[in-house]
Amino acid sequence: MIHSLFLINRSGDIFLEKHWKSVISRSVCDYFFEAKEKAVEPEDVPPVLQTPHHYLISIFRGKLFFLSVIQTEIPPLFVIEFLHRVADTMQDYFGECSESVLKDNVVTVYELLEEMLDNGFPLATESNVLKEMIRPPTILRSVVNTLTGGSNVGGTLPTGQLSNIPWRRAGVKYTNNEAYFDVIEEIDAIVDKSGSTVFAEIQGVIEACVRLSGMPDLTLSFMNPRLLDDVSFHPCVRYKRWESERVLSFIPPDGNFILMNYHVSSQNLVAIPVYAKQSISFFETGSCGRLDITIGPKQAMGKTVESLMVRIHMPKAVLSANLTATQGNYTYDLATKVLVWDIGKLNPQKLPNLRGSLTTQAGAPKPEDNPSLNIEFKIQQLAISGLKVSRLDMHGEKYKPFKGVKYLTKAGKFQVRT
Amino acid sequence: MSSSSAFNDEKGGSSSVGEPEYGHDPASGGIFSSDYKRHDDLKEMLDSNKDSLKLEAMKRIVAMIARGKNASDLFPAVVKNVACKNIEVKKLVYVYLVRYAEEQQDLALLSISTFQRGLKDPNQLIRASALRVLSSIRVTIIVPIMMLAIKEAASDMSPYVRKTAAHAIPKLYSLDPEQKDQLIEVIEKLLADKTTLVAGSVVMAFEEVCPERIDLIHKNYRKLCNLLIDVEEWGQVVIINMLTRYARTQFLNPNINESLLEEGSSSDKTFYGSEEDEDDEEEKEKKAEAVAIAKRKPYVMDPDHRLLLRNTKPLLQSRNAAVVMAVAQLYFHLAPKAEVGVIAKALVRLLRSHSEVQYVVLQNVATMTIKRRGMFEPYLKSFYIRSTDPTQIKILKLEVLTNLANETNISTILREFQTYIKSMDKDFVAATIQAIGRCATNIGEVRDTCLNGLVQLLSNRDELVVAESVVVIKKLLQMQPEKHSDIIKHMAKLTDNIQVPMARASILWLIGEYCEHVPKIAPDVLRKMAKSFTNEEDIVKLQIINLAAKLYLTNSKQTKLLTQYVLNLAKYDQNYDIRDRARFIRQLIVPTEKSGALSKYAKKLFLALKPAPVLESPFKDRDHFQLGSLSHLLNAKAGGYQELPDWPEAAPDPSVRNVEVPEWTKCSSREKRKEKKVEKPFYSDSEGESGPTESADSESDSASSSERSSGSSDSGSGSESEESEEASDSEEEEEDEEEKDKKKKKKKKETKKPRQQSESEQTSDEEEKKRERKSKQCKSDSESESEEEESESESSQSESEESESEAEVKKKKAAESKPPPKPVKKESKKEKKEMSLLDLDDFEPAPSPQVTPVNTFLSNSLVTDLEGLSLSDTVLSPATISPSSALKNYELLHRITGEGLSVEYCFSRQPFSPDGNMVAVQMQFTNSATADAKSLHMEDVKLQSGMRVKEFPEIELLPAGETATAVMGIDFCDSTQAANFQLCTHTRKFFVSIQPPVGELMRPVFLTENEFKKEQGQLMGMNEITEKLTLDAKCRNEHSIVQRVTTAVNVSRVPCGSDKECRFAGRTVTSGSLVLITVVTKEEGAAQLTVNCEKMLIGTMLVKDVLLALTQ
Repeated sequence: MIHSLFLINRSGDIFLEKHWKSVISRSVCDYFFEAKEKAVEPEDVPPVLQTPHHYLISIFRGKLFFLSVIQTEIPPLFVIEFLHRVADTMQDYFGECSESVLKDNVVTVYELLEEMLDNGFPLATESNVLKEMIRPPTILRSVVNTLTGGSNVGGTLPTGQLSNIPWRRAGVKYTNNEAYFDVIEEIDAIVDKSGSTVFAEIQGVIEACVRLSGMPDLTLSFMNPRLLDDVSFHPCVRYKRWESERVLSFIPPDGNFILMNYHVSSQNLVAIPVYAKQSISFFETGSCGRLDITIGPKQAMGKTVESLMVRIHMPKAVLSANLTATQGNYTYDLATKVLVWDIGKLNPQKLPNLRGSLTTQAGAPKPEDNPSLNIEFKIQQLAISGLKVSRLDMHGEKYKPFKGVKYLTKAGKFQVRT
Repeated sequence: MSSSSAFNDEKGGSSSVGEPEYGHDPASGGIFSSDYKRHDDLKEMLDSNKDSLKLEAMKRIVAMIARGKNASDLFPAVVKNVACKNIEVKKLVYVYLVRYAEEQQDLALLSISTFQRGLKDPNQLIRASALRVLSSIRVTIIVPIMMLAIKEAASDMSPYVRKTAAHAIPKLYSLDPEQKDQLIEVIEKLLADKTTLVAGSVVMAFEEVCPERIDLIHKNYRKLCNLLIDVEEWGQVVIINMLTRYARTQFLNPNINESLLEEGSSSDKTFYGSEEDEDDEEEKEKKAEAVAIAKRKPYVMDPDHRLLLRNTKPLLQSRNAAVVMAVAQLYFHLAPKAEVGVIAKALVRLLRSHSEVQYVVLQNVATMTIKRRGMFEPYLKSFYIRSTDPTQIKILKLEVLTNLANETNISTILREFQTYIKSMDKDFVAATIQAIGRCATNIGEVRDTCLNGLVQLLSNRDELVVAESVVVIKKLLQMQPEKHSDIIKHMAKLTDNIQVPMARASILWLIGEYCEHVPKIAPDVLRKMAKSFTNEEDIVKLQIINLAAKLYLTNSKQTKLLTQYVLNLAKYDQNYDIRDRARFIRQLIVPTEKSGALSKYAKKLFLALKPAPVLESPFKDRDHFQLGSLSHLLNAKAGGYQELPDWPEAAPDPSVRNVEVPEWTKCSSREKRKEKKVEKPFYSDSEGESGPTESADSESDSASSSERSSGSSDSGSGSESEESEEASDSEEEEEDEEEKDKKKKKKKKETKKPRQQSESEQTSDEEEKKRERKSKQCKSDSESESEEEESESESSQSESEESESEAEVKKKKAAESKPPPKPVKKESKKEKKEMSLLDLDDFEPAPSPQVTPVNTFLSNSLVTDLEGLSLSDTVLSPATISPSSALKNYELLHRITGEGLSVEYCFSRQPFSPDGNMVAVQMQFTNSATADAKSLHMEDVKLQSGMRVKEFPEIELLPAGETATAVMGIDFCDSTQAANFQLCTHTRKFFVSIQPPVGELMRPVFLTENEFKKEQGQLMGMNEITEKLTLDAKCRNEHSIVQRVTTAVNVSRVPCGSDKECRFAGRTVTSGSLVLITVVTKEEGAAQLTVNCEKMLIGTMLVKDVLLALTQ
């Protein structure tokens, strides 16, 4: 099971360590640093490393490495999933998961880690349970605590631990009872040079923010559940009812959580909201190149495409870019060789265009290939798959909750090859 | 390290032996002195009366620990506060204590009494946390105390405390392994716990302490399966992994009859096949039992095996990747081949997750794709590579794409690869080129295309790309060098430009190896190389020597001097390998008087035909590690890895999983099966109720359940007792069976014919229902396989098919209503009667429930059915069929052309058990020559695309004058295209071909009149062909019509109210399209024939054949 955890920042300093069994020396991380040196990007560090006596399993999240030390056989995904859960919990508690924040709250972090694992085996990972045991820091509470000597540690056993529904804490009370659901869909696509779609699919997630008193039992139904090809649920969702009636029936956790992830069947044609006309070419002589990109709307279902952004990883040889954008502005980062063109709203009447010249390193051979375009965008009030929530019913409680559903379509891994 | 130990010295050596090393933290380097002072004020704060000061001090100390600083000198000051009232201070003290107790054992003992008090606290939270800390203190002296505490906590009221006890077990075990036996007792006790809270933790303890004690699981197996969905996610992972191993030791391989040739066959196909197998096996069982116990047990899926598969499936929808992976590996290792496919979608979903998750999942997918390619083929595009993927993900995806490549999708994949070659990531490009090479070796059709593509890459500007291409081309050329001498020439030219040593070496090797193909260029290349010899890399030098040696042997006139020169250069090389090689080669090839015997064979040595390299996936054979495990990922055994056991030859006794209840002691062994049945609803009960409630509840639950199950012993009343009576009735029956097995078997055979005959013409509704039900049962895979359970089919079916909760409700209802026992008895008797009918059915292969009411034909087909069963059962050692007269024999090889060997074949109309989509062709070999024919086998099968053949096993010897029979299977793809192949004996080869009549491309299906009409209604218009005809004079009664149609076409009759009408139904073997035939007779021999078939071509041909059959 998980033996120890080291938190390491990008430059390779260990700033927190926690051992659940006997102490393992920090020097074990040297193997990891070695691998990190070899890797070009932090993402390229192999997640699983073998050392003479230990196995190191690490994740890279928010510029931090979470490195766990393992001594015996354990499913690697078990550890990886747990480490991500740790990172999620930190995010949930402190708003972000960065080195400075974790350092500021080191005691709370330590207490959390202590509760999450016992002898290397996960004990309490549900955020609702943890929050009852260790209250998240707020400014008000920390002031009060310093004055009164109160503590952030709950004195009672979280009831969730003992009930059938460990994800929900008991005795929740709100004056305004509300339940919001965000249906967020991401389009993953690969578009080839000629503009035809090589591969496209829609991945969706329903994020919920439920603040309801007592023990509400919710039922969420869709107009067109047949669209959903593959789903994964929060443990609260009753699988049997989904199987038989295609409705989501659940007692929600308190607060924010991800209700379900889904995948829209690939048989349905995926509407691609934008297209890109591009030509990027490098000249054989003169160490320069030309770039011309135009973005236009394709099938946006009558909605405006917002937050449009184009990101291009340029070949190493490109030194600078001298471009003019008809809309938005661009930046070229010399260190990472990434060209970012932030367009904003897409105006169908006047298509945004970026053109100009690129300077390449003198003497270097002409770059072999053309870089691909990564496009980001958002479309509000639209689920591109056409998924619609038809109703939300509540049983078990008397009051009338306030309900809301929001739709959003985003570009996921949306790539245009050139 | 140096600074931290210095720091310890400074403080007067409080460091102990176990002091860990700490990395040097440059940021804190300067504060050590002030640190020392700060410790003083920390001590002061800890000694104060104010909780807020204590808390502040503790927080600072914990922060030090978190940063990896040593705070061990504060131990006495901190331990004093272990009994502090403030809960946060207390918790932080616990944190400190657990961290340093190992180093300060004596002082740590001071705190023990506090925990011992805590263990008796009325608050379960305090009890649990006391146990948790106590067990985390790694001090050997307190082992007995810990043992006692764990034992006590294991029977605590609160499940939370019991969970903590389960967690404490591995802690104690790692501290003192000698406690193992006692700990196993505790584990055994906790395994019996019915709460979901405990289940995961105790299985974890089991895995750490005694994974080999699989016997502890038996009694809890079903409970664990049923609780699984409610256990928390981490527990699920551990339980599923453990159950995978368990199942591998307890159940039979569901794919035992799978033949490797079948790989990639579609799911319903196999399902169909396995059904056949069941029946075959049953049949075989009956026969074999009479003689001796079967060597290989028939495959019938244990209901417990099914339970596991059924209960884990919903977890594929878990949000936790580890759970999904655990289920996926369980299905991969345990499920029948046809069902494994369900995991693909879930695994593909995980590819959207974090890159670390992708990495692990792709590794596992890569292994899976080697064994079960078909599973992931629909998701091919999900493995397409994005330029933003990390390199390691790209390479894994490439691996998966390569594994998925086959004839149909290779063009898409190659087009995709083409874009990858342009990538900026050079490692990835190199991997792509290798992938292309692998595709080219695996798929012959595209070899030339790939080769051309790779040759084009030779003019690529990037040297790495060129080099990689050269290496791959070399491997490809080795497969067929004759054809590609121009490529070799082209590559020879490259030696001027390419600098990458590996590529240069590859080119030189190629030229040397195939120097006959490029006789003019080779010496010239050697000349150039000799010139640059001294500047080459070592591997290139070695290849130059090789080239020189080979040229010397083939073309010594031109190259003698050059070779001498090269060898001389090599003689004085710095590298001893090269010097050695030069010396060795000189001795071998240059004739001297001393040269040994070997030099005669020099040519043979150097120019031996070398086998082409096999480009294999690095993931091949990785599946002997349990998928999803660390060992699998590393491809090396990790510490504590439990081997995945091989399937047992024979299933261990399944009754060990039955839960024993004291009252049951008088039950005889034969009632054990019954026991199993009664438990089922009980478990579904417990699933509903035994959520994590207080133990009081669960105890009462178990009590009530034991009451309930005790009810099924004779004395009790209520629904179970009725059931048990009913069951025991049938059990007696079964016992009879067992005793008089032999007799019965004979009897059955005797009775079979007449009974079926008497049934002829009209099939009673009852029978139909039975049939339907039976087939349903088979599909639901419930415990329908063995005879005695079939007799209980009604009850067992309802249980298994309904969801557990429903079953529960039903149970209760049944208990309330309490139907009088008499009717039940009657019913069971009735069932008993029917059972024999069912048994008869069992003799027939399930997929062809055959109800042909014509006496002669029926008996005939019955015989062949029986034979077919025994035959298809032992495909590996083919039995013989004496061809039945009714089947039309076709000539495959005439006596004269076959030089004495004649071969006839007929379509035996048996389901071909290795592959349900194949038509069984039975061949009869007659050797009328004077000499024996040896090793009869087939070769060089030429097929239309899509068609497949399962060859008959080789006949080793056919003595003169003898006759032998063999069965082969052909998948004609629903076409009448001929299958051509060569029939080989040890001396001769004969070209032969088998062309099926259209009527043999189907198998009978059983439809009721209504179904028939319904289906017919859907096959109107283009799919319907009607012909008028005049019946042959001899064939004007219904009987002969039926006979002629069924002889011509392999269909079964559909019951029909009118005697003017005959209806038949069948399905095509490959695609399963329905074929309906109707013959309506009118006056004076006039008749109308209607054929409805989705496939128009088949329909048209069928009409012709049937017309011919009826008019002649």
